[in-house]
Amino acid sequence: MIPLSWYLILGAMLFFIGVVGVLTKRNPIVIFMCIEMMLNAVNLTLVALGRYLGHAGGQMIALFAMAVAAAEVAVGLGILIRIFRSRENINVDEINVLQG
Amino acid sequence: MIATLFDALFKGPGLLFFAFAFGALATATLVVISKNPVRAALFLVLNLFCVAVLYLLLSAFFLAAVQVIVYAGAIMVLFLFVIMLLNLGTPEKARERLKFQVPAAVGAALMLALIVAWAIATSTPVSVGPVALPADTPASGDAMGTPEGIGRTLYNPSLPWLLPFEVTSILLLVATVGAVVLAKRSNAEEVKP
Repeated sequence: MIPLSWYLILGAMLFFIGVVGVLTKRNPIVIFMCIEMMLNAVNLTLVALGRYLGHAGGQMIALFAMAVAAAEVAVGLGILIRIFRSRENINVDEINVLQG
Repeated sequence: MIATLFDALFKGPGLLFFAFAFGALATATLVVISKNPVRAALFLVLNLFCVAVLYLLLSAFFLAAVQVIVYAGAIMVLFLFVIMLLNLGTPEKARERLKFQVPAAVGAALMLALIVAWAIATSTPVSVGPVALPADTPASGDAMGTPEGIGRTLYNPSLPWLLPFEVTSILLLVATVGAVVLAKRSNAEEVKP
């Protein structure tokens, strides 16, 4: 059987790639995608730990994380559309005031 | 020793794990380095597929199906839809306002990696014995990841997952209403030039 640590290392590497993406990208949609990637990496870690510890909680929490991610994407993209309507520009460097 | 390692690496599940772990890492890197948001989204779909196969290897069958249907299907379609609606498909401009941003980000991520590696290296291993669970849980192992196992765990009143499940339905309702309200074009906005 595949050792647990391989899954954990893979999850950590995916998470760090997502961190680099969030820190370097200028387009908020791509930043969102990198956040999804990080959530996905954590889900992989949870499922692997749940499997190897024989605990159902890992898969359950991963399932809830997916639901939360779906809600987050819907609201986040709604906010982006709203910002784009008022600014015609969604470069994260230029969205620096909260007031619309 | 080397023979067992070879068996673990290149036979059966080990080979599948390596192929799809490599695929997940490669597509994740491509998401970060591709300049075109549409391409990044499509690479992210591939990444999600690779992780779904890894879920299958962990015998989380239901989660793998949900991953493909919800993530790769619904969420990524939403992403592509917004990219094309806002006409953001053009590549990012090379103009960077912050100097040294990319090296600084990579350095920060490496520092985080070092911290996590240190935490893993110095942590004491927990005992991987049978975890105390209330009775009536499905047998651990393969049966846990099937839709039946997930359902029996999720809807079991003696386990703590029923309330979060119900709260999730409220969360999804609130998110739906919020997304509609945010994206709706208000009347005042249309009057403005």
